[in-house]
Amino acid sequence: MEEIKAAIEAAVPGAQVEFVPNPSVSAQHSLRLSPESAVAVATFLRDDSELAFDFLSNVSGVDWPDKEIAEKVKVTRQVVKTVDGPEGKVDQTVDETVEETRKRVEPGLLEAVYHLYSVAKKHGPLVIRMRTTNRSDKTQLPSLTPVWRAAEFQEREVFDLYGIIFTAHPDLRRILMWPEFKDHPMRKDYIDPDDFEYEPTPHDEVLKRAQAHRAAAQGTPPVEEGAAGA
Amino acid sequence: MAVDQNLKIELGKQGIFVTTIEELYNWGRRSSVWPMQFGLACCAIEMIATTMARYDLARFGAEVFRPSPRQADLMIVSGTVTKKMAPQVVRLYNQMAEPRYVIAMGACAISGGPFKQGYNVLKGIDRYIPVDVHIPGCPPRPEALIQAFMTLQKKIDGQPLTGEGRPRFLDADAQGEFPVPEQGEHDLEPTSNKGVWPVPITIR
Repeated sequence: MEEIKAAIEAAVPGAQVEFVPNPSVSAQHSLRLSPESAVAVATFLRDDSELAFDFLSNVSGVDWPDKEIAEKVKVTRQVVKTVDGPEGKVDQTVDETVEETRKRVEPGLLEAVYHLYSVAKKHGPLVIRMRTTNRSDKTQLPSLTPVWRAAEFQEREVFDLYGIIFTAHPDLRRILMWPEFKDHPMRKDYIDPDDFEYEPTPHDEVLKRAQAHRAAAQGTPPVEEGAAGA
Repeated sequence: MAVDQNLKIELGKQGIFVTTIEELYNWGRRSSVWPMQFGLACCAIEMIATTMARYDLARFGAEVFRPSPRQADLMIVSGTVTKKMAPQVVRLYNQMAEPRYVIAMGACAISGGPFKQGYNVLKGIDRYIPVDVHIPGCPPRPEALIQAFMTLQKKIDGQPLTGEGRPRFLDADAQGEFPVPEQGEHDLEPTSNKGVWPVPITIR
């Protein structure tokens, strides 16, 4: 993997390649390409006589939603305290160190993952990834269909279900859902239509959905199932 | 008007055949129900097996699968109906000539099956078109399809030609065309045909 990374960096000037280790048992590490140089890198991977990745097996999408991270930070603050002095009670300013939990939001993004094999050299898979800037308005990535024709339908599927817009794709239309459909169903924040058929005794997640559905149908706030005494 | 069974048998022994128009008409209808040649998913494989020599659906008068909805009497909805496919299924049903019947075959066609809680599968074709026989199973065995076919034949046999409970094509006021759902921005619109499928009320 490191050799491939070095070969890419030597062959394609200005290519930014990041090594993404996989700590699990499978140890299927991957390379993250910057979208600007991705097509050049992909062409090199296909055409290089040593690497010769001539077969694109699989294109997947990944949705990374906005992540809230809680961190504990030590903060020093000035606190006014009433202290017993020699002439009665005196206000005194004291420095105090408090541990505070701060929350920051890591912006989400979308990712496209490509699995490459070499039929000629009998090696693979090589996993390459690309990330979009965010998951709302800047979801463009370069299409690798000009390099591997096999990417065409799978990139259409990723576009359909995740909303990644592949620039320079020859025919970027929805492939599974109908053209009038507006959502991207595989995203984590997809809200599916409220046509759920509720079982008579729902639990947990389904219970919450059933209560929300009933509240929307009746126009009343949701009632706890236990409080209702049903 | 019903004929006394014993009298009928007695007359039969004398070489006299007595019947009613209704009986004759229904016998004719139920003995040549031609299904439409159309399959949606893996249930279609079982439907094909049912028509082949081992199970031989032709014994029941369904020997030809017609490739055109105009020539077919029976629609076997064999498989998963996705929301993308549902308008086409309803349109095909509208194009069939009366009398027409529907068998919803398999878990997906009757309720959505394992895909019920997904975003792209219709939760039963009976939301848009009237279904005569539902068969559970994933997929149902050919025997189950034959059972459904026999159930449908019994249903046809029991239909009076006049009065309450007469088939739809003999009722001038009955709804003949079923609205084809539109593919909306988030879901099919409408999500069901209220006249065919009243939204069930869950009692808790």
